[in-house]
Amino acid sequence: MNGANPKTAMRRGTAMSVAVLIVFLAAWQWGPGLLGIPSFIVPPLSAVANEFVRMLSRNALMFHTGVTAAEVIAGFILGSLLGAFFGYMLGMSPTAEVALSPYILALQIAPKVAFAPLFVMWMGFTVYPKILVAILIVFFPVMVNVLTSVRTVDPDLINLARSFKATRAQIFWKIEFPASMPPLFAGLRIGSTLAVVGVVVGELVGGNMGLGYLLAFGEGQANTPMVFVTILMLTLVGGIAYLGVIVLEIRVLHYLPKRALGGF
Amino acid sequence: MSDVVRLEYRNVTMRFVDGTGNSLVAVQQVCLSVRDGEVVSLIGPSGCGKSTLLNIGSGLTAPSEGEAFIDGERVEGPNAHVAFMLQKDLLLPWRTILQNVMFGVEIQGIPLPERERRAKTLLDTLNLGEFGNHYPHQLSGGMRQRVALARTLAVDPTVLLLDEPFSAVDAQTRIVLQRELAQTLKRSGKTALLITHDLLEAVTLSDRVLVMSRRPGRIIDEIAVDLPQRDDPIARRQDPRVNQYVSRLMERLDIGHTPAERAAGAQA
Ligand SMILES: Nc1ncnc2c1ncn2[C@@H]1O[C@H](COP(=O)(O)OP(=O)(O)OP(=O)(O)O)[C@@H](O)[C@H]1O
Ligand SMILES: [Mg+2]
Repeated sequence: MNGANPKTAMRRGTAMSVAVLIVFLAAWQWGPGLLGIPSFIVPPLSAVANEFVRMLSRNALMFHTGVTAAEVIAGFILGSLLGAFFGYMLGMSPTAEVALSPYILALQIAPKVAFAPLFVMWMGFTVYPKILVAILIVFFPVMVNVLTSVRTVDPDLINLARSFKATRAQIFWKIEFPASMPPLFAGLRIGSTLAVVGVVVGELVGGNMGLGYLLAFGEGQANTPMVFVTILMLTLVGGIAYLGVIVLEIRVLHYLPKRALGGF
Repeated sequence: MSDVVRLEYRNVTMRFVDGTGNSLVAVQQVCLSVRDGEVVSLIGPSGCGKSTLLNIGSGLTAPSEGEAFIDGERVEGPNAHVAFMLQKDLLLPWRTILQNVMFGVEIQGIPLPERERRAKTLLDTLNLGEFGNHYPHQLSGGMRQRVALARTLAVDPTVLLLDEPFSAVDAQTRIVLQRELAQTLKRSGKTALLITHDLLEAVTLSDRVLVMSRRPGRIIDEIAVDLPQRDDPIARRQDPRVNQYVSRLMERLDIGHTPAERAAGAQA
């Protein structure tokens, strides 16, 4: 079992994965009917597929998906940059960390999505409040991971660099920065999925664009298939963002033993 | 070997403040000097301040009292003529072996072609030539430690400070590494202070062995190793006189006596 060679395990796993998918889709199509669940509660697969096609033309589904995706990307990139920046800054300056940590902790405990209505009140029904919620929600996992990684660099490594007369900047760029890459990417993975949450909540609260809006719209019309389609599209957007991080991670962390990559 | 003193400690005392705010004397009034091309081992019980002395010599920590000198110049901070090597290899996982060897010379701003030339030569002499493009995780512990040695030598220091460099590798690899170190030191005529817990290593690798007391650490004995072939510790191991040196060191370190025997000895 554990001794199986990785290739066989891979092939077997993929086959099982496909089988699970088929079973799931079949259950979705015929399960509700067999169990007597009305289609306005759980619409069968075919109804959702039909709705998907209908929404492409009638509801500009791709436009809304594009808006959400753009907000997710903007929020994710800005939130990550900001999180990384503060992570490095606080990591290198214990004074700054002591001074700012209570406020950062308070912000971290506050549920970020609760800020959405406030941001909409400030900035109106534009894309900005959505991006802002995403920034806020992405910021913390990235910052905390970077901060911890800078803090936990082996002091002997720093001493080694110092013994070669490294400057503070050299210590940062040659040791602390590269050492922070694995935790940074762990933070980015979390951030990429959270960014979608932030954007959707923002869109749910106000505006007439994006998948969050379609979600609210479908709910208002009691159009269950529409809600299903929108959830699927949101998952797709999140999945692509996550995949983007993974692809980048594989390139940046190419030096790690193979098994350490992948997984979730 | 000449009579020029390369490394010297003059009346070095180091005090630390421990967790409870009490002051703790790690080393006290240590005087020692290592001449050009000499290899001196420093042994002593755990916690007696050996690593502390090494940090002072490499300029990473300033002593509470006294001073250290490299080539007659007072140590005020890290110094390009000194390089250290620890029990941990401290290789950077994101750098290839070649890039790891170049780490020190890169920081010192030596131009890339020269850096590469030095690193490649060193890797070749340490039988690692074909691993230049590997990453540390692809190497065994012994190989990694050799890479660390190459990195230390790449900056071409006059004085090497070695803190239990081989204590984390297996016994057989250790013997091979000891010989490589001995040959490298001899060939390049480098001066070295070697901290070790391995008495046989101390005797087979060095010209002199200094014994430290329990904390507060002081130098309590100095034993000149009067044996040929300092560049071949394996040959030295065969020499029956090695055992006499080792037993003498054990005696000085009070190893092999139970605490009760020690107490009785102190009363007698
Ligand atoms: N930065 C520090 N702060 C406080 N105490 C320290 C510090 N560094 C060392 N000490 C103390 O100084 C003493 C000597 O430490 P050192 O590491 O030099 O011992 P050592 O001889 O190298 O021991 P070992 O053989 O176990 O490596 C120890 O009691 C240690 O707890
Ligand atoms: Mg030590």
